[in-house]
Amino acid sequence: MRRPNATACSLCRGWSNERAREGGAVSELAHATLAQLGGMLDRRKVSAVELATHFLERIGRHRDLNAFLDVRPEQTLAQARAADARRARGEASALLGVPIAHKDVFVTRDWHTTASSRILEGYQSPFDATVVQALAQAGMVCLGKLNCDEFAMGSSNENSAYGNVLNPWDRGAVPGGSSGGSAAAVAARLAPIATATDTGGSIREPAAFSGVTGTKPTYGRPSRWGMIAFASSLDTAGLLTVSAQDCALAFNAMLGFDPKDSTSVDRPREDYTRSLEIDLRGLRIGVPTEFFAAGLEAEVEAAVRAALRQYEALGAQLVDVSLPNAALGIPVYYVVASAEASSNLSRFDGVRYGLRAKQYDDLLDMMRKTRAQGFGAEVKRRVLIGTYVLSHGYYDAYFLQASRVRRIIAEEFQRAFSRCDLIAGPVTSGVAFGFGEKSADPVAMYLADLYTVPSSLAGIPAMSIPCGFGRGNRPIGLQLMANHFDEARLLGVAHRYQCVTDWHARVPAGF
Amino acid sequence: MSSAWESVIGLETHAQLLTVSKIFSGAATAFGAAANTQASVVDLALPGVLPVLNVGAVECAIRFGIAVGATIAPRSIFARKNYFYPDLPKGYQISQYEIPVVQGGTLSFPVAPRDGEPYFKTVRLTRAHLEEDAGKSLHEDYQGMSGIDLNRAGTPLLEIVSEPEMRSSAEAVAYARTLHALVMWLAVCDGNMQEGSFRCDANVSVRPAGAQAFGTRVEIKNLNSFRFLQQAIEHEIRRQIELIEDGGRVVQETRLYDPDRDQTRSMRSKEDAADYRYFPDPDLLPLEVSPQWIERIRAQLPELPGAMRERLTREYGLPAQDAAALTASRALAQYFEQVAQAVTDKKAAANWIMGEVSAALNADDISVEQCPVPARELATLIARVGDGTINLKTAKDLFAVLWAREANSVDAVIEARGLKQISDTAAIERIVDEVLAANPAVVAEFRGGKEKALQALVGQAMKATRGKANPQQLNEVLRRKLA
Repeated sequence: MRRPNATACSLCRGWSNERAREGGAVSELAHATLAQLGGMLDRRKVSAVELATHFLERIGRHRDLNAFLDVRPEQTLAQARAADARRARGEASALLGVPIAHKDVFVTRDWHTTASSRILEGYQSPFDATVVQALAQAGMVCLGKLNCDEFAMGSSNENSAYGNVLNPWDRGAVPGGSSGGSAAAVAARLAPIATATDTGGSIREPAAFSGVTGTKPTYGRPSRWGMIAFASSLDTAGLLTVSAQDCALAFNAMLGFDPKDSTSVDRPREDYTRSLEIDLRGLRIGVPTEFFAAGLEAEVEAAVRAALRQYEALGAQLVDVSLPNAALGIPVYYVVASAEASSNLSRFDGVRYGLRAKQYDDLLDMMRKTRAQGFGAEVKRRVLIGTYVLSHGYYDAYFLQASRVRRIIAEEFQRAFSRCDLIAGPVTSGVAFGFGEKSADPVAMYLADLYTVPSSLAGIPAMSIPCGFGRGNRPIGLQLMANHFDEARLLGVAHRYQCVTDWHARVPAGF
Repeated sequence: MSSAWESVIGLETHAQLLTVSKIFSGAATAFGAAANTQASVVDLALPGVLPVLNVGAVECAIRFGIAVGATIAPRSIFARKNYFYPDLPKGYQISQYEIPVVQGGTLSFPVAPRDGEPYFKTVRLTRAHLEEDAGKSLHEDYQGMSGIDLNRAGTPLLEIVSEPEMRSSAEAVAYARTLHALVMWLAVCDGNMQEGSFRCDANVSVRPAGAQAFGTRVEIKNLNSFRFLQQAIEHEIRRQIELIEDGGRVVQETRLYDPDRDQTRSMRSKEDAADYRYFPDPDLLPLEVSPQWIERIRAQLPELPGAMRERLTREYGLPAQDAAALTASRALAQYFEQVAQAVTDKKAAANWIMGEVSAALNADDISVEQCPVPARELATLIARVGDGTINLKTAKDLFAVLWAREANSVDAVIEARGLKQISDTAAIERIVDEVLAANPAVVAEFRGGKEKALQALVGQAMKATRGKANPQQLNEVLRRKLA
């Protein structure tokens, strides 16, 4: 493990193309923050084309991580050239020319979009997702598409039809899921920032396992247009970044009302960097007792408690809060999310696009065989669960009941927020597990989402920031949750911690 | 049909709403475009697309709801109806299930049975809800394959469900006709049944006369004309009665009407009915309708047919049947009012429109909007009959001239062609004298008691005046001279 230079000045000082080619300062470029990259671009210390070339080269060098599913240098460089041209014309947006990579559930016009499924192999969307479009409009240059669990269903990235993503900290460990490719790419600095999606923890759990910062905004804040739906009432686009500050910068471009998404919230845009210098004195951080109960591994608890002490040292006040039904989040989530998924995935029938089975007897047989061949085991399992819980005679007992408990959990969060400004706790019970360790036991795998699912059900913003390392030098995450639309403060509180710690700035060996 | 049995009929009607774009996408709804040219990425259900509700479709539903006196739900829910079919792109249809936007309401209509007195009937509506249409599967043109046209996918529909309160095919057809006229009156549907803009499914059951409990119902689909609706219901009632009288039992099922054979055949039984796994669509927020929105729409509504019917009887002194006929469509009613306001004889205006005008419209198969005779000219025509300038016979000839667009001014034609009625008693007497002198045999027949002979003399006199003689005067003079 190596610590990068901490300040912007040391990063840009003396850096030149020549040295980049020699490889000496290459990693410094890769380890720069978004603000630093923007500054270097602004001062013409580096061009967008050079930056893109640099990251493409790293992507090519670390192909073994299997983080990327589709890389098209010619498209990336075309975008980079366009960004350089915009800068040459006098445009000076903070993100203009800064590279980014997108999770493969965001549809893109210039890269294939598969949601890591066989059923969409080679699929080319005729339009860009709103999130992709918004970031491109701000001038961000797309490096390619990132591996994930098939249709974002999974907690280890072992459900991708295109192979496992390796954890850059330990190639024997999973990177987390479903945004495993996004987390691994940012951890290994193959991209300075990556989009991701969170339905029940798909941003925060891989962020914790891969030692990066993962942020899920309020449901309804980012547009879902162009995000391949898994569970529509939960799916939320977010980011995997090195720091909270980087996330705030990109959220400014990414989050906003979208008339193409009926669940998008019509609120004015905000500056998510405005609270980065927040004073933590007097801030009340709620600690839910239920998140520190049996099942939480000692090393995770120790790291999280240490982080909470750090906040106390910064002037925050810890208060005990209770989320009595948080543990019901898992069954509720797997009923609601699977129900919605079973319906959302019905469109993949082989009729209009994607895979179509080669041999079949009639139309229905074609659909049956296409879906049997095109979906992986976990997707099929959830479609079956979802179909079951919506079926006549079971709807009330499962779907309706789960919807009621979901409301109760959301109300419990509101009660907790009446006593505190923010809620903190672990992201996962343990550090990243090994490949195959949980894949034979779906319920054990589902329990990996225990601490992340409640805030998803409540639709509140939440993030995971690195707060230490556990056994095998695998990262540990601290979860911070805020009330609806309180992203700016959430990011500020995370940033203050990152100002006095360097867990987030550490880079796995070899990257 | 055996009078020991009572039939029970309820209708489910799909009215395609007159919006420019689809219910959840911006694609056009126009009929007849080349296959798949009016299907947007949303209609194709490409990965990542989302529905956005077309407010115009909601306004259509509210207009309808107000017109039938229904409750407009302040909050209604869109649900997904899940099933697999090649022309259903998402694998589910977005519809309203538990909480529809229009709840309750009534429809009143005249019924004219083939064997009985006409009467008015009021049927309660259960609900009307918004939903999207599916695409079309085309099996004929592709050998061994099926074509899919998604132009129709996402077209907004209002499904209007009646209570099972109709008791004969005549009532069902009268209900459907009135509903058809109403949705067109409100401009929420173009009513084109050939293009499928207005289609009915009928739920039919029979029970012993006087029984309270309903019999097992059968749903008949594919009824795209009033004639088919009538035939299919009559056929189905016969089939069910015969089945029961032969000791059989009606099974709950969906049957398809085949107009070529005048038969219904089974499509699927209740046992094969799909489990649609309805649940609230998480892509759409609940539809909220404020009282202010309802009032705004109410203020924009045209006068409704029921109210207009009453007003026509009141203001113009028309019989109820006339008022009902004249309010068959909004355009016809407007035409009538324009004519009636310009003449003193309101009943004459009604007669002309229900008679000559309607017959000519039917003969040419055109709508009243395309009527070649402007209301102003028809009014002049009626006035000229009323003031004795021309007789009715001349007026009808003149109407034909106007209809054929050979002239456009009644007064100008009367003048130019010398059609003025001869009401000068002296002139008529002179003509009558000539006719009597020229036809002594006919005169003798009449005087011998043959009343019919008078008509021959009237005919001769009319011929001599080229139809222009005032018929009352002519009759009077003839009778006087023959007395």
